[in-house]
Formats: sequence, C-alpha cells, structure tokens
Amino acid sequence: MTEPTHDPAEELQAPDEPSEPRWRETLSALLKNRLAAAGMIVLALLILSAVFADLVAPYAYTDGDIVRRLEPPGRDHWFGTDELGRDVLSRVIFGARVSLQVGAVAVGISLMVGTLIGLISGYRGGWIDAVLMRTMDVLFSFPVVLLAIAIVAVLTPSLRNTMIAIGVVFTPIFARGVRGSVLSVREEVYVRASRSLGASDWRIISRHVLPNVAAPVIVQTSLSLAFAILTEAALSYLGIGVQPPRPAWGLMLLDAQGFIPTGAWWMSLFPGLAIFLTVMALNLVGDGLRDALDPKQRSIIQSRGVT
Amino acid sequence: MSSPLLEVEDLHVHFPVGRGRDRQLVRAVDGVSLTLQPGETLGLVGESGCGKTTSGLALLRLVEPTSGRVVFDGTDVRSLSKRDLRSWRRRAAMIFQDPYASLDPRLPVGESIGEALDIHGLHQGKQARRDRIGDLLERCGLHPRVADRYPHEFSGGQRQRIGIARAIACEPDFIVCDEPIAALDVSIQAQVMNLLTELQQDLGLAYLFIAHDLAAVQHVCDRIAVMYLGRIVEEAERLDLYRAPQPPYTQALLSAIPIPDPVRERERERIRLEGDVPSPIDPPSGCRFRTRCRAVFDACERIDPALQEVADDHRAACLLHGEVGTEVTG
Repeated sequence: MTEPTHDPAEELQAPDEPSEPRWRETLSALLKNRLAAAGMIVLALLILSAVFADLVAPYAYTDGDIVRRLEPPGRDHWFGTDELGRDVLSRVIFGARVSLQVGAVAVGISLMVGTLIGLISGYRGGWIDAVLMRTMDVLFSFPVVLLAIAIVAVLTPSLRNTMIAIGVVFTPIFARGVRGSVLSVREEVYVRASRSLGASDWRIISRHVLPNVAAPVIVQTSLSLAFAILTEAALSYLGIGVQPPRPAWGLMLLDAQGFIPTGAWWMSLFPGLAIFLTVMALNLVGDGLRDALDPKQRSIIQSRGVT
Repeated sequence: MSSPLLEVEDLHVHFPVGRGRDRQLVRAVDGVSLTLQPGETLGLVGESGCGKTTSGLALLRLVEPTSGRVVFDGTDVRSLSKRDLRSWRRRAAMIFQDPYASLDPRLPVGESIGEALDIHGLHQGKQARRDRIGDLLERCGLHPRVADRYPHEFSGGQRQRIGIARAIACEPDFIVCDEPIAALDVSIQAQVMNLLTELQQDLGLAYLFIAHDLAAVQHVCDRIAVMYLGRIVEEAERLDLYRAPQPPYTQALLSAIPIPDPVRERERERIRLEGDVPSPIDPPSGCRFRTRCRAVFDACERIDPALQEVADDHRAACLLHGEVGTEVTG
C-alpha cells in the first residue's frame, strides 16, 4: 500500500458521502458480473416456477392420459408425455420443487452443523479439535454418493431422509473450510485487539470471527447447493431418493432410461436440461460471489471497470 | 514518590516448541521487572525478537505469563478470574504496531471503537454512543462522520489514529504502545507521536512505549529500559541513559542513531554489532550479550549479571560494573 504524502489538514477532511453498506456493495459488484447476473435470473425463474408450480404447470404431475403416452413434444405437451401419458413439462416444473427443496434443506443442515463444528474446532483447538476433525475425516473419506446411499439405506428411503443424508455427507466440507479460516482469523491482530478491550469469546466469535469467515462459506453454500441437487438426482435415479409418484428430476431420468431405445428422447432430455441449468446457474452465482465478496478483488474489478 | 501504577516482577514467558523428545522452551521473556508511575512513559527498547512485544502482551495477559508478578494499582493481575480480567481491561489498553491488521476489515471503524464502549457498558443509548464515538474520532484528529467507513478506506496514519481512539475509548490509566509508529510513513510518525503526547497530558495516561531503536523513544519517554534476549540490561532516566549509557549493548544501540548534521554524522563513531541475536531457546551462558560484545572478558561466560545500581536511579546488568550476578554452574 502506498501512502500519499499529505498534510495534517487532509487527515481532518470529511468524506463527501457516507460509504455504501457492505451488502449493497457486494450486490452491485455481483450484478456487474454478467455471468453471475444470468445465473441469478435463471435461479429466480426456477424458484418462482417451483413456488407457483400449481399455477405455472399446465397439468397436474399425476395427471396421466394413457392413450396419449410417449407423445413427442407438440402443441398440447410442449415437452412431450411419458410412458403413462403424463406431461413432462409439468413434471419438470414440479420436480424443481423437490430438487430445490432438497438442495436448500440439505445444504442448510450441513451449513449450520458444519459451521458450528468448524467454529468450535478452530477456535478452541486442542483435543476437541482433534476429535471433531477426525470424525469429519471419516465422513470425508467415503465417496459422497456411497455414504448417502448407506445413510438412506439405514434410515429407509424417503424425501426427508434423503435431505438428512445429503446434509450429513456435506457437513465435513463446511466444517473443514470454516475451521481453516477460523485458524487464521483467530490469530489476527484485530482479534487480539478486541480481546485487549475485554471482549468475551462469544463476542469475538460472533462479531469478528464469523463475519470474517463468512465469505468462503457463502461461496461454498452456492456450490454445495449444486452438488446437493446432483446428489439428490443420483439418489433418486438409483431409486432410493424421492419416491414415486412425486416427480424428481433424477427419478424422471431413471424412468426415461428404459424408453431411450424407443426414441422417447424428450423424456430424458428435459429433466437432464433442468439439472444442468440449475447446477450451472448455482456455479456461476457461486463464482460471482467469490469475486464480489473479496474486497481486494472487488476493487481491482471496479478499477478496471470490466465484467 | 507515589505508589507505582504498575509493578512487574520477574516476569517470565516461555513457549514450548516441538513435541515429545524434541520439546524445547523458547524463553521469550526471561525475568523482566519494571515499574511505572501514573502518567509516566517508560520506553522498552530492544532488537527484534528480544521479547519486548511479548512482555507487553504478557503484562496485559494477552499472552499468559509463565511466572512472575504483575501488580496494577494494587491488583494482582495474574490472579484475576476470567471475568474480573475482562472488566480490568477497561483500565489498561493496547495500541498495536500494524494499523493495517489491527482493525477488523468487516466492521465500520466506528463499530470497532464502539465495541470498547459496549463491552464495558459505557455511553449506552444510540445517540450517546454515537456522540462518544464522534468525540473520540475528533479527539484523534479525524472527522466524526468517518465512523461509518471501513478500514480499507483509510491511510495507515488514519488507521493508527482510529486504533488510538479505540484504546482511549474506556478512559484507561495505562496503554501499552507496541511500536505504534514503526509501520507508518516518516512524515506521519511525528503527527501520531504528537497525538500520543497530547493525549497523555490531557488524560493522564501512563505509557509503556515499545520501540526497536532508541531514536524513536528519545523525545517521549521519561525512563527507558533496554532489553536484550528476554532480559533488561539497563534502566535509567532518559537523559542519563543517553548521556551515559552503561552496558556496551546500549552504547551500540545509541550509536545507531544518525545525527541530522552531515559533518558530525561523518565523524560519528558507529559500533557495529556482529552477528545475529542468539536463539532464545539456548541463550549463551553467563551474560547473554557476550557473543557480540566488544568488551567481553572471561567473567562474562561464568557469571549471569544482575541489574545493579550504577548511578542514582540508573541500573545496568553488566559485569564491567562489578561482578554481581549468579554464578553459572556446570
């Protein structure tokens, strides 16, 4: 950092305008990033259609017309119909509900539990840290889908248990990331300064440590949402996630698989595309957040005036 | 003389390094004693790694001392419970060396200052708190309106002013200033020094002023203690120390101050210290400075010198003034 040579008078100078609140700065930096903005629009559309699925979807997801089964995309059924004559478009829309719900709840579980474990582990250190981290290592050592299958198998397959399983599987990612950040933040001079004023551990954690480890956690959240949706699709595809007749994108792919030889490409294309779009949008937003939340990076972006 | 504000006796801070068989002790602070009167400035000077910062942290219990006594205004600081320690902190603050690291980047600077008030329940109520933060900023030469800005919007000198405002927020009696100007531009150092002096006069603060060279402290300190490798080697009134430095180490430190006069500067005799500071894991036997001392003689290896009175209110730990100290055994 270069220090401009200035006279004492300059030190007294008042700012022309109060600085913007941090979240607004972040948001405007995020919106300036075109890819991230596109991702946010896609996500917004997905969330809206999931919430208002009953209004948006042309048919109910259970509404089958067996006579018009396996119909290719056309005027009545934009995305075609499946083997029971149900409208694929409606099922994709209702499927968004399940996928987004599973993603949000599962990541919510791992975010809260993982952050808590990471905070305790990193801040306290010692044997607590050792015990918690070895436990996380054990969870981490299993392949994601395998562990999720094992948990669902023990708990019996259902929507709720799928969410729990994915939540457990993703917890170590948060715990480890948070712990690592906490380890560096707790040694910062400003933490020591706060302690020198008489701050309690609780105050230091909530006012200084948590806000300073939040940025990577927020980024991790958006990326994990994408992975959670993929995992849910995988579990549903394997038949141990969401149970029929509830529509889930993974489940639709499983059904569609048998009809690929018959040429019913629309049955697999549209749910696949939905997964792809959601994951892509979440990743773009995650990348954009990473840049927007880093104040140094942000000032570089602003000063260049690009993206 | 009135009763001292702070008395430190035989303070030790040892850090273990390594594990198991390789476990060793870093003796960062190895028997430091200091006294500080109310409103007084004591300079604590020494090279990097001599334990001066650790001493400052330890007497505020920001690092737990291994042994020794710290008495602040009659209170034994080391015996305070966690809770009492937190409320005691109101009376003893610290200013840090690096103004870029000492402010939380995610908090508006007014909040960093306000935190001190919140912790001790001072100036409660939204308006009272805001006013107090504004007063403190103004007191330290900044506009009250900057309270809503974030640290990255300030220069180093401005940040240090904010750090000072935070330190005086709870009206302490005593502040540890850990090289508060070392990280600043030369042009700003004097401003910050003047601010510290003004605040001392107005608020009756006592400072422990840590610095790595004698040039930085020569105008502000009433007394100066020189540290080397975890020990105090000399302690005296400022003028006595500058006029008649006793141990060769202090002489070397003093000779490193440049004279702002090219003619005299050229003629100035400089004592260059050879080599590095020895490791505080395995300090030299006897006098710790003997490996680099130009006046070393045979007793230096045998005897660990103790601080002794060499003149009125002037103590030095050097065997040149008589072989006083503990005999090294083995």
